[in-house]
Amino acid sequence: MIYPIPSGTRDVLPQETGEVRAITDTLRAAFDRHRYGEIYTPALEYESVLARADMAEAQPAYRVFDESGAVLALRSDMTVPIARVVATRYTSSEPPLRFCYFAHCYRGVRPQRGQLRELLQAGIELIGSPAPEGTAEALTVLCRSLDAVGLKDYRVGMGDASLFPALMASLGVREPVRHGLLEALVRRDFVELGQRLHEAGLEGEAAELLLDVPQRRGGHELLTDAPAPAVEAVTGLRRVYELLEPDVAARVIFDLGLIRNIGYYTGAVFEVYDPALGAPIGGGGRYDELLGRFGRSLPAVGFALDVDQLHQALTGEERGTGLLADLRSVAQPAGEQVA
Amino acid sequence: MSSPSGLTIAVPRGALFKDTVDLLAGLGMDTEELRENDRKLLFEEIGVITMRPSDVPTYVEAGAADVGITGKDVLLEQGGRASDHGEGRREVYELLDLSYGRCTMVLASKQGPDPAVEALRRLGVMRVATKYPRIAARHLEETGRQAEIVEVKGSVELAPLTGMVEAIVDLTATGTTLKENNLVVREELMVCTARLIANPVAHKLKAARIDELLERLRGLSTAGAPGAT
Repeated sequence: MIYPIPSGTRDVLPQETGEVRAITDTLRAAFDRHRYGEIYTPALEYESVLARADMAEAQPAYRVFDESGAVLALRSDMTVPIARVVATRYTSSEPPLRFCYFAHCYRGVRPQRGQLRELLQAGIELIGSPAPEGTAEALTVLCRSLDAVGLKDYRVGMGDASLFPALMASLGVREPVRHGLLEALVRRDFVELGQRLHEAGLEGEAAELLLDVPQRRGGHELLTDAPAPAVEAVTGLRRVYELLEPDVAARVIFDLGLIRNIGYYTGAVFEVYDPALGAPIGGGGRYDELLGRFGRSLPAVGFALDVDQLHQALTGEERGTGLLADLRSVAQPAGEQVA
Repeated sequence: MSSPSGLTIAVPRGALFKDTVDLLAGLGMDTEELRENDRKLLFEEIGVITMRPSDVPTYVEAGAADVGITGKDVLLEQGGRASDHGEGRREVYELLDLSYGRCTMVLASKQGPDPAVEALRRLGVMRVATKYPRIAARHLEETGRQAEIVEVKGSVELAPLTGMVEAIVDLTATGTTLKENNLVVREELMVCTARLIANPVAHKLKAARIDELLERLRGLSTAGAPGAT
């Protein structure tokens, strides 16, 4: 008799646990070297507390009632619980505060996509350290941690969550149109973005900029010739970049269209890519307004790595030779090959 | 690097195949083997893998191909509107409307008084056969009609003729098949063309190569467009 477990959940047996443990131990040591204190919070929180944050697509997906009828939700990330902890347990501590965590988070899944309902995240939150210094520190910890686990070919894509909204505002895009444009960009449907610009009657240079700027990706040279409306966000990115040590700076690529599907980000956002994997390994960014929603207004930045994705990328890099390796010298999928 | 574009391209077999191969040839790729060997799936020398159109987003999302070409109908059926947040949406970037493979998604029913309207009026629900259950369900929901969606894999036109359903939602290029089966178009849902899609990670890590491909494709499509100067 086979007793199933819910799709998107997994039993982790000793061989895999050993490998995952080696990764998390190394990450923990790296976080510790940068003086980030490890923290645990409950997997179950009051739904009304988690709902204080704008999670957009990463909202809590599982709810239960407790014995008194209160609605509890399984956390969908660790950033919101840590914001709650800071606002309630560190009401008067002198910032900056540094926390790290290794915790399971719970998300809704799309069927048959190998997505996990329960995912193990490893990450840090740096509370009370504004841009650009705080952002540069978070990126540094991110890169040093990935270096420590031995990931070789990763890059960190960086953009700014405020860039496209600022661009729309300064190019005179009317309020009702903005939501639709942003929606198309979040899905990176540039065809639809173009169509919506056309339907909104935006023509000429404004439409061109709105379509072209979010498609710009590349090295730091991208930051020098940004169009006027994007200058503020781009200057912010350049200040962060200038603070990075060369080995960290070398990992950064800029992506002026980068928007994460979590709503609370306010400034610089980043994602980690590895050619061995078709999806990001993790990401993060600035959330300068989230803490205020819990009653202690502090600027903050953090990142989370998906430990299973990181594990896959590491094994993918290891076997980065074979039939398709040449053909796909950069983007080598971690999954099964078709021959 | 043996592939000339430096990218692995997922190419759809079927209705979009010929135009897609012509496009690749226009980019200077040697497409002779691609045209001649319809059993082979993997063409390493030119960085092409071939598959049915509905599999293209799957391979591109997984990163098994950096970019791919497929119909907007496939993309809509596998995800579509942002209001569907999450559910089923493929994580691929849609970069370019290639404008060939132009088809219309229509709702059609038998000639004469519309049996779908009749069913709605008398039974409160219409039965609709389709290969695109999500597009059909979305359209009927958005237009406030109750419908029972019947998913079929083969010739959809058969379903209303046998009385199994009152209407179909299907893709049509010329309308000939509909006409031959005594079906008339009642509503046009959307126009679908071929689209260039990209894997999110490749879009960053191979940004220069993808942008170059985009640039050349844009050049080709304006050059080939009727009335272009």
